[in-house]
Amino acid sequence: MVTKPETKFTRRGVLKTLAAGTGAIVATSALPGLSGFAQAQSSAPIKIGFQVHRTGIGAAYGRWYNRTTVAAVKRINDMGGINGRPVELVAEDDGTDPKRGAEVIEKFATQHNCDIAFGTLFSHVVYGSAPRAGELKLPYFVVSEGHHVASGKLNRYTLQPGITDVKSQVQAMAPFISNNLGKKVTMIFPDFAFGHDHRDFFTAAIEAQGGQVVESIAIPPTETSFSKYFPRIPRETEVIYHVMVGPAVLTFVKELGEFFGPNSPEIFGFIDSLEAVDLNSPGLEFLDGTYFWEGNPRHAQADQSSHDAAYRAAVGVDDSGASLEDAQDVSTYSHMFGCWETLNVIKRGMETANYQGPADRQKLIEAVEAMSDMPLSDDHPQGAKRFNGKTHQTFGHQYISKVSDGKLVVEHTTSIEDGLYPDEVDYTTQSF
Amino acid sequence: MDFGPHLLLASLEGAVTAAILALTAMGLSIVFGVMRVVNVAHGEFYMLGAVIAWWVTSLVGGHPAIGFVLALGIAPLVVGLMAAAADKLILQKINYDPDRTIVATIGLMYIIQQTTLMTFGPDARPVQPPFNTRLALPWFEYGESGFAMVWPWGLSITSYKLFVIVAAVAILTTLWLVITRSKIGLIMRATQLDSETAQAFGVPVDRVYMWVFGLGAGLAAVGAVLVVPIQQAHYLMGHDPLLLAFITVIIGGLGSLPGTIIAAILIGMSDGVISVFFSPTLAKIIATLVVAMVLAFRPQGLLGRSVH
Repeated sequence: MVTKPETKFTRRGVLKTLAAGTGAIVATSALPGLSGFAQAQSSAPIKIGFQVHRTGIGAAYGRWYNRTTVAAVKRINDMGGINGRPVELVAEDDGTDPKRGAEVIEKFATQHNCDIAFGTLFSHVVYGSAPRAGELKLPYFVVSEGHHVASGKLNRYTLQPGITDVKSQVQAMAPFISNNLGKKVTMIFPDFAFGHDHRDFFTAAIEAQGGQVVESIAIPPTETSFSKYFPRIPRETEVIYHVMVGPAVLTFVKELGEFFGPNSPEIFGFIDSLEAVDLNSPGLEFLDGTYFWEGNPRHAQADQSSHDAAYRAAVGVDDSGASLEDAQDVSTYSHMFGCWETLNVIKRGMETANYQGPADRQKLIEAVEAMSDMPLSDDHPQGAKRFNGKTHQTFGHQYISKVSDGKLVVEHTTSIEDGLYPDEVDYTTQSF
Repeated sequence: MDFGPHLLLASLEGAVTAAILALTAMGLSIVFGVMRVVNVAHGEFYMLGAVIAWWVTSLVGGHPAIGFVLALGIAPLVVGLMAAAADKLILQKINYDPDRTIVATIGLMYIIQQTTLMTFGPDARPVQPPFNTRLALPWFEYGESGFAMVWPWGLSITSYKLFVIVAAVAILTTLWLVITRSKIGLIMRATQLDSETAQAFGVPVDRVYMWVFGLGAGLAAVGAVLVVPIQQAHYLMGHDPLLLAFITVIIGGLGSLPGTIIAAILIGMSDGVISVFFSPTLAKIIATLVVAMVLAFRPQGLLGRSVH
């Protein structure tokens, strides 16, 4: 009896090969300047897959993550690249969508042959993408703020060396809020992983200070109208703690002001609620005198460091945090520095590991895991950092700014120690 | 917040939703009533209205009211003309065949959405309201010293939101008068009743269809211009209004204008009240459930006549 031989070709496999082949042909014909490098292995560019929120609710962040990343890569290339090789960005839109995010990771690994993947902000996209990066053994450097990396829920291939996480941020904020603003807090946050991090960790942190969260109001990040949520704010509230993301943040803050009118409680916000929004937009006057957490001060401060000045100039941001070309185009200054710093960490990691190609991916991760203190410098313009190789998470300074006359003025800078917490995972014990 | 003031606030929010919804759903209802066309691209005409309003106001300097009034005139006109052109170029060519019309308007929806993304970009952009004063509202409470007037925390509305409600009522009244009292309305109603007989009496049915399609899109655009100072213009903003407008039109009875108004008030108010007291998701769930019930037990809608 003759059995039918099993075919080695699957429909998906053939499609992938075809797509990769077409992509390669298009790429080589579109980039004639680079084809010279292809013959010499050692001078071929290092390809960084850049997962960027060009569309969807993260679009404003994506625009500025892109500008910062392009500026950082230009600086690295101007300084001679990494290990003598130029760095090439392969940018793909993930639509701020977890499913699309995982597909983009797959494209980086199998179609574009990227060395690493980098750049994601929104936590639900990180959650969707990181498992695929782990399966494909693709180092995945996220710039996301979520606690997911340090919580141990992800894998050895996912690292966050350029931006602090929410748990560390809120832990550093809680003493200031309970000592200066009030003990009874109502929290308003977006209803997805990032917002839940805020809810869980701030509730614990304020209770440790003898305070209390009297109400938690979760709002879907795609919401467009907010007045209907505010009546849930209890009368006894002393402090409103707000953090919001999505395209409608301006509406959110405006309606918050309209709800309270002249007698509002103290207001403490994460600047996320106003990232990419002009602080002087009509309707935001009530924010004068309120406080914001800032990851990196949007307005150039009186004691601005030379590193911040150099970084601002390289990315094209003016002293009030807007684009040099268009004063209406306000940056996401508190987050985008993470792209700049992460790329510099990648550069140092690749140089320490003497990274040559995808075979050295494990050496790269081990080299980054071995890092610890990073001083304030042109590579780290936001401030000094302390990287924890076991939890794959960095720790740094946080800023608390007060709005006065439409400007964010830093009132308090927390220490790195204020944001430290016990390790929840040791990724270095996991196998590759 | 106490129950009474809370309910008042919820009703006011609901009234604003209902006003915008009535305009949007009315556009959809007229198009279906006269042309028997299900316009899936309706939400995108709404979005275009908001985007054009942003564009007009950003070009005009001076007091925000100047830009807003111009936008209120220009945006619906431009959107209406675009819709009329789409009707002439696409829907007339496929002879308003129901299946192909749905597919064609789905295509139109994606074309408009992606073109906006490529030109206007992915950001939400604000339009300044012409006026926006916060009006605190009093509440009457029976206390120890008899009735007393109190000013509960957060019980307020803005003058602009009140204007939206008034403007929607004025526009819908005008529309009602045009349809029932004018010659244009007579022609529209004749076409709706029996397009072949109307044609025999010299009504240019093709042109009536074209302008009705434009009018429907223009009404959605008016709703969007009114809402954009509250909500900001964004290329994906057409999705929710489309869904709610369909729900409204189905509950009210396809093609029945009074039914559409009643359903818009019902859906808008219940959406406001349920979202304030429970959650916005529950409001959508209940609205969809009502549609299912209406389709099961009264397929022609509240005031619709059964289709022959």
